[in-house]
Amino acid sequence: MELDGVVTLWVYLRTSPLLWLTATLAAYALADELQRRLGRHPLANPVLLAVAALVLVLAATRTPYATYFDGAQFVHFLLGPATVALAVPLAAKMNDVRRLLVPMIAAVVVGSIVAIITATATAWALGASPATLLSLAPKSVTTPIAMAIAQQIGGTPALTAVLVILTGITGAVMVTPVMNALGLTDYAARGFAAGVASHGIGTARAFQVNERAGTFAGLGLALNGLITAVLAPLLVHLWQRLM
Amino acid sequence: MLNGVLLLLACQLVGEAVARGAGLSVPGPVLGLALLAILLLRRPALHATVGPVAATLLSNLSLLFVPAAVGVVQLLPLLASEGLAIAGAILVSTAASLVATALTFRAVARLVGA
Repeated sequence: MELDGVVTLWVYLRTSPLLWLTATLAAYALADELQRRLGRHPLANPVLLAVAALVLVLAATRTPYATYFDGAQFVHFLLGPATVALAVPLAAKMNDVRRLLVPMIAAVVVGSIVAIITATATAWALGASPATLLSLAPKSVTTPIAMAIAQQIGGTPALTAVLVILTGITGAVMVTPVMNALGLTDYAARGFAAGVASHGIGTARAFQVNERAGTFAGLGLALNGLITAVLAPLLVHLWQRLM
Repeated sequence: MLNGVLLLLACQLVGEAVARGAGLSVPGPVLGLALLAILLLRRPALHATVGPVAATLLSNLSLLFVPAAVGVVQLLPLLASEGLAIAGAILVSTAASLVATALTFRAVARLVGA
């Protein structure tokens, strides 16, 4: 094929949803295979690797995110049904869940408060702007809830969406070494913490390790979404009164 | 397979409709999760319908976050200007939240003998 033909083909493909849908699946398949070969090492997180590869490809081909998302939205859409699907392991482990209800409620309240206060306090100490501080407050909870909270307390929802993702990847990478350092062997506690601190991406990591961990991570993500929606506006209000 | 997909989508649709209709801040899929859990507890036979599809989705859950995560490219200038504060806040707070949640879980579980 002559150069003109290649250019024409590229111009066509670059804007078609098929290209970026395929690229998303290919980047993830490669990242997942790489992590498998590395013995499921937490640092080789497949979301982190796939996103890094795709960001480089988009930058190299000067493709706008909107064009990319036209294709990738078909994968993104499945997040809704996948959230509903968390009910399946939950219902199967209902006795386990009932027995651990009190520890879960205590842990999610403490985890939510610690996440909000340590995030805003650290960013404040490092000189972040007020808009960034408010956008950071709800960063541990799942994207739609976090964006709604950011809107309510005066943060920037688009920034919060990105901070949520970065927190999720960080939690997925950290959870195994941190829990091992604490000497915690109970997969209910480990998974629940992953879900509270790092929502769906932490939950995905928990399912990779163990189904019981994944089930409790799903509960942690759902409960923390509810608790943070109540606590974040309260804590922000309190902080603004004190300052 | 088909009925499993249908059940997931129907639960999500009802969840979205209730969340929007009642003006709740809870996302529709989370209400759909609660609805499906209730259905499964009432009729355990539904596990055979929805189980395989749910297992497929959940075993590839990480993939589903990739498109949203690539959105990081849109905020690279801001992330560069406040990068240190943002990275510090995320690292400290994620570690602190993991530790606080897990230790509280264990302590309270021992306290109530669960």
